[in-house]
Amino acid sequence: MSIADPPARADAPEVTRPTVAPSSLSTSAPIKLQARGLNVYYGAKRAVRDVDLDIPANAIMSFIGPSGCGKTSILRCFDRMNDLVPGARVEGTIMLNGEDINGRDILPVEVRRRVGLVFQRPNPFPMTIYDNVAYGPRRHGTSNRAALDEIVESCLGRAALWDEVKDDYRKKSGLSLSGGQQQRLCIARTLATEPDVVLMDEPCSALDPIATLKIEELMADLRARYTIVIVTHNMQQAARVSDRTAFFTMGEDRSGYLVEVGDTSEIFTNPRERLTEDYVSGRFG
Amino acid sequence: MANSVASIERGKLDRGLTFRERIDPARRITLLAAGAVIALVLMLLVFIAFNGVQIFTASGFSFDAIFNATWNPDSTTAQSFGILPFIAGTVGVMVVAAIIATPLSVGLAIFMAEVAPDWARSVAQPAMEVFVGIPSVVWGWLGITVLVPFLRDDLHGIGFTLGFSWFAGSIVLSLMILPTITSITFDVITSIPAELRSASVALGTTRWQTIRHVVIPAGAAGIMTAIVLGMMRAAGEALAVQMVIGNRGVMPTSLADPMSTLTSEITLDVGNTVAGEPWNQVLWTMGLVLLLMSFGFVLLVRRLGRRRALG
Ligand SMILES: Nc1ncnc2c1ncn2[C@@H]1O[C@H](COP(=O)(O)OP(=O)(O)O)[C@@H](O)[C@H]1O
Ligand SMILES: [Mg+2]
Repeated sequence: MSIADPPARADAPEVTRPTVAPSSLSTSAPIKLQARGLNVYYGAKRAVRDVDLDIPANAIMSFIGPSGCGKTSILRCFDRMNDLVPGARVEGTIMLNGEDINGRDILPVEVRRRVGLVFQRPNPFPMTIYDNVAYGPRRHGTSNRAALDEIVESCLGRAALWDEVKDDYRKKSGLSLSGGQQQRLCIARTLATEPDVVLMDEPCSALDPIATLKIEELMADLRARYTIVIVTHNMQQAARVSDRTAFFTMGEDRSGYLVEVGDTSEIFTNPRERLTEDYVSGRFG
Repeated sequence: MANSVASIERGKLDRGLTFRERIDPARRITLLAAGAVIALVLMLLVFIAFNGVQIFTASGFSFDAIFNATWNPDSTTAQSFGILPFIAGTVGVMVVAAIIATPLSVGLAIFMAEVAPDWARSVAQPAMEVFVGIPSVVWGWLGITVLVPFLRDDLHGIGFTLGFSWFAGSIVLSLMILPTITSITFDVITSIPAELRSASVALGTTRWQTIRHVVIPAGAAGIMTAIVLGMMRAAGEALAVQMVIGNRGVMPTSLADPMSTLTSEITLDVGNTVAGEPWNQVLWTMGLVLLLMSFGFVLLVRRLGRRRALG
């Protein structure tokens, strides 16, 4: 969906979250992830500039902003996936539960295990549904059959896929599922490593509206147990699912920066910044 | 809709034209070339098959007289044309060569695709191409001057009395098929989507775990294809093998002993025989067996290809 789509404009002011008292979240919830002075460079180009951001625990935070403003780059800092991007360099500190994830004695594999990442395009392994979910636990040393069975079943359940695959998940390939099911399988696979945080990079951009709705419902369920960060192009989605919203944009030098972060209802109804207001009301660009 | 209209109109137009007019020159040339290749292959097949069965039809040998283990073509008292030693020799030398070459090639390909820095890759790739271009006589020569003496002198104790042996043939062949298996495996591995690797790494696994549990399984059918193509090349190679294998027409029993293969026996004997005599005819039969073996390989490769396509 384009950022200038009229429905986004029409819906934005009506956002309310009756089930949550958003303002209480911002003050009382402990901080799960904290970025300070975050800069990301690709070669000589600065893609992300001086981001300071707190992500509260057991809440859903959405990242919105125009394409290319560095949302994916920032997300990849949280689980050290930028380590693997040739030419990428990260400056600043990121604390997970108060611990610097770039610290000298921290293993990147340990960070990635505690901070899961769901990709834009579903990418299940070419193996059975069972083996997809069991992949992480197996690599991390769980070989007991009963334990794996238990993990696979509960993660498929938490990812709202169990009912659809319970008859043949041991035989059926993950690739034979529909796009939406594949994405939920990828979520189940991520949950199986028992992360604290689940990062989702436009998880619904390749999905149809019904599959998207399923993922959104699922996220609401996961919220109780995990800290979730979702990048989305779809502002209605951000408004629907998230407790907090961070809006990024690009400066003159085309490096992305954080414009403002706040409770979702405030960002969409009563933003502090003019840039945010223009963007959420569809006047951007 | 638009399509069906177009095809109806084309059908209308076509009706007035002769076959000649309907096919434009470019297509005619393509068809001609394709036809010529098919005709050539068919003629070759018929020719070899015709000559290959002469030993049975013209000279009246029984099936058992040919498919047995005793090769004694120039004896006056106990002449025998059993070709099983060569079939077993070809399979044996090829399989051992593949067993030696596979871990090296697959390891090298994985290293080049997954681990090596760019400069190492830019050295390794041209090196591979040079490797492929080395003529087989050079391999054979290296085998005779370096490998065979080494086996004879330094491994004499474990049974290499002559140095010329099944093992020597397999070593030389393994070096020759190494670039084949390596380059195909490299292509297979680099064509595995990067998202699969990212997915694995994002689950907190190491690079080695990702290679072992995602990359290799995803490439398995392709790697099998590479190995089969390497074996095909090994089965067809004559000269280098012939120079180091000892060429003794006996069933292979020990890696340290001389033996022979279909190709090396055909090239060695064909000049000593006269058309029409059984010894000459049985060489044709051996050629036919080799051809059927390579058809078998082609079928295998196609099967594996289908498996790859299915994922
Ligand atoms: N691997 C990379 N190499 C070089 N430049 C990159 C890479 N990934 C992203 N960029 C650049 O960084 C900027 C931010 O990209 P990205 O984080 O993907 O933004 P977003 O997710 O908000 O669309 C873009 O200008 C993009 O071209
Ligand atoms: Mg992005």
